Amino acid sequence: MAEFLDFDRISKRFGPIQAVDDVSLGIRRGEFFALLGPSGCGKTTMLRVAAGFETPDAGRVFLDGRDITALPPNRRRVNTIFQSYALFPHLTVRGNIAFGLQIAKRPKAEIEREVEAMLRLIRLEDQADKKPDLLSGGQRQRVAVARALINKPDVLLLDEPLAALDLKLRQRMLIELDIIHDQVGITFLYVTHDQGEAMSLSDRIAVMNAGRIEQIGTPAEIYEAPRTSFVAAFIGDTNFLEGVVADHPEPEYSRLRIEGLPDVTVYNDKQIADGNQVFLSVRPEKIQISRDRPEPKSKRNAVPAVVEDVIYLGPTTKYWVRAGGHRLQVLRQHARFFLDEKPIRWKDDVWIFWHGDDGFMLEGFRRDDERLIAVPPQKVGDA
Amino acid sequence: MHDRCRRPEAGSLVITRLRRRMAEILLTLPSFFWLALFFLVPTGLVFILAFRPADPFGGIGRGWTLATIRALSDPQYLAIAWRTLWVSFTATAICMLLAIPTGYAVARAAPRRRNLLLMLVIVPFWTSFLIRVFAWKSILHPEGIIKKALVFSGLVDANASLLYHLGAVILVTVYTFLPFAILPIYAAAEKFDYRLIEAARDLGARPFAAFRKVFLPGVRQGLVTAVLVVFIPALGSYVIPDIVGGTGSELLGNKIAQRVFVDRNLPLAGGLSIVLILAVLAPLLAVLALQRKAGQAVPRDGEGTP
Repeated sequence: MAEFLDFDRISKRFGPIQAVDDVSLGIRRGEFFALLGPSGCGKTTMLRVAAGFETPDAGRVFLDGRDITALPPNRRRVNTIFQSYALFPHLTVRGNIAFGLQIAKRPKAEIEREVEAMLRLIRLEDQADKKPDLLSGGQRQRVAVARALINKPDVLLLDEPLAALDLKLRQRMLIELDIIHDQVGITFLYVTHDQGEAMSLSDRIAVMNAGRIEQIGTPAEIYEAPRTSFVAAFIGDTNFLEGVVADHPEPEYSRLRIEGLPDVTVYNDKQIADGNQVFLSVRPEKIQISRDRPEPKSKRNAVPAVVEDVIYLGPTTKYWVRAGGHRLQVLRQHARFFLDEKPIRWKDDVWIFWHGDDGFMLEGFRRDDERLIAVPPQKVGDA
Repeated sequence: MHDRCRRPEAGSLVITRLRRRMAEILLTLPSFFWLALFFLVPTGLVFILAFRPADPFGGIGRGWTLATIRALSDPQYLAIAWRTLWVSFTATAICMLLAIPTGYAVARAAPRRRNLLLMLVIVPFWTSFLIRVFAWKSILHPEGIIKKALVFSGLVDANASLLYHLGAVILVTVYTFLPFAILPIYAAAEKFDYRLIEAARDLGARPFAAFRKVFLPGVRQGLVTAVLVVFIPALGSYVIPDIVGGTGSELLGNKIAQRVFVDRNLPLAGGLSIVLILAVLAPLLAVLALQRKAGQAVPRDGEGTP
């Protein structure tokens, strides 16, 4: 509570679907906050509740300490950038940007001045008298930004603003949004299903799934220390291993017994007692792969494996290996192109190894989330 | 070798274009003939008629005269023309006031409900127009239920009449043309992107301001069509004032009929018809000019100009 934009135990149901289920969330003033999740996870409903387009079935929304739950959209100091931009087709770029100030009946001279300033901010001075359907996707997006920002809202809501753009343009607009956020200093609430966008722009991210928040944290916290199997698998790639805590060779570390593998050492930040079942998430880029057995080190986990699939990705190569009945993915970056060394190929016997600090124990695990990991099909003739 | 390969291709392209052009001409030919035979020729004949002398036996005399044009300057015609415009304008305005919210409501209704509502709009067409106008005569009759209810509630004097005046003509005109106004507005409202209304509300517009500044411009094409399909037929209406109107509510259409059937003065009827045609053409040309002006600023997507 008592953050700048506060969602307090929001619930919203559409027919049989519980879109948002008892969600509380506090967004700080000036923050770039992302709501990240797959489609249908309730993130857009949260945004529409903040904008005033949906009334929650239960819960309250506070903006700067004031309860705005019952306020209509036009009386909230909040503006939205819609996924489709929703620019007014009958108005020019200038008319679209001026709309909010004209509605507010501000003096003509002031409107003109503000619109010019906005046109400069989005660098569209020379397109000001065109209708939106003559603009490119990126230009439309910038007009939508300007139209929303001119009202100087307390919070800017962005509903998948880059989804309609192609990859290169998306990357450029990403940088532009970041610059605009720095320039205007307004709180941004950014809804997206694209982890790359959320990671690169946000101060903090809330990962949503099935109407609930799975985890809130900085991009690094979310990536390095996922709390649940959903967060681990939805953001980036990962490997799941299921085991039982055997003992604690050191107080900080646990030894896990995993079926088919030698014992695995893992940093025990959760103080899980011996005999308990745990689920481990190990990111593929944290695992190393080599033809030779690595020299044993304390807290190093080394496992013999067979390569089942090699996928060349440009900057990296992904290896799918089988180790004791588990299929694991390993990502190897090409520091230099290794023509001189004998490359790792399909059906090669290899060793994979990772440090005990790089495995992360999950608090929550659901079998369903394993489906988020794209496992290649078994090759014919493989065991 | 190379040249010989290319030429036939270029030639066949020209032939393809020519063929397409021929197909276009052939396909439009029937409708063009139809228009020429039943519209252009009769209109031309009526126009010529206005400059012929009337013959005392109801026929058309020989030679040319401007007598009809002079007769048209009679103030009684000016009054009738003015009344016709006024009735059509009022009926159109009332139709639009009713049709815009109705078209919006039907377009916004849930799909199953929407079909039912559309049916209700179309149902009157299943009964002959003439019968429906006669039905109004009994509805508004001095012994009819509406009159009795109004007198009983004290809203209307017992001696007042609901029939045989301009009010009745406007009422029945609105009733007759309302479905024609609702349908094009509904068609435009159904295609309208309602996220634009959310965007306007988000930018601070109250519901009515969003409706006026975003919805109405968005369905502009439907509004124009609705105005035209009410205003133009209303200008030429003849049956409605004849049945529910009185002596003081004659319109141009009635005057033309009277000149043809009662006075047997065909040239004068022709002259009045020209006045009517001009009155119909004026708003149509105004709209076309406006659209051309707007069309230069924005290329319209999808929606064809009539």
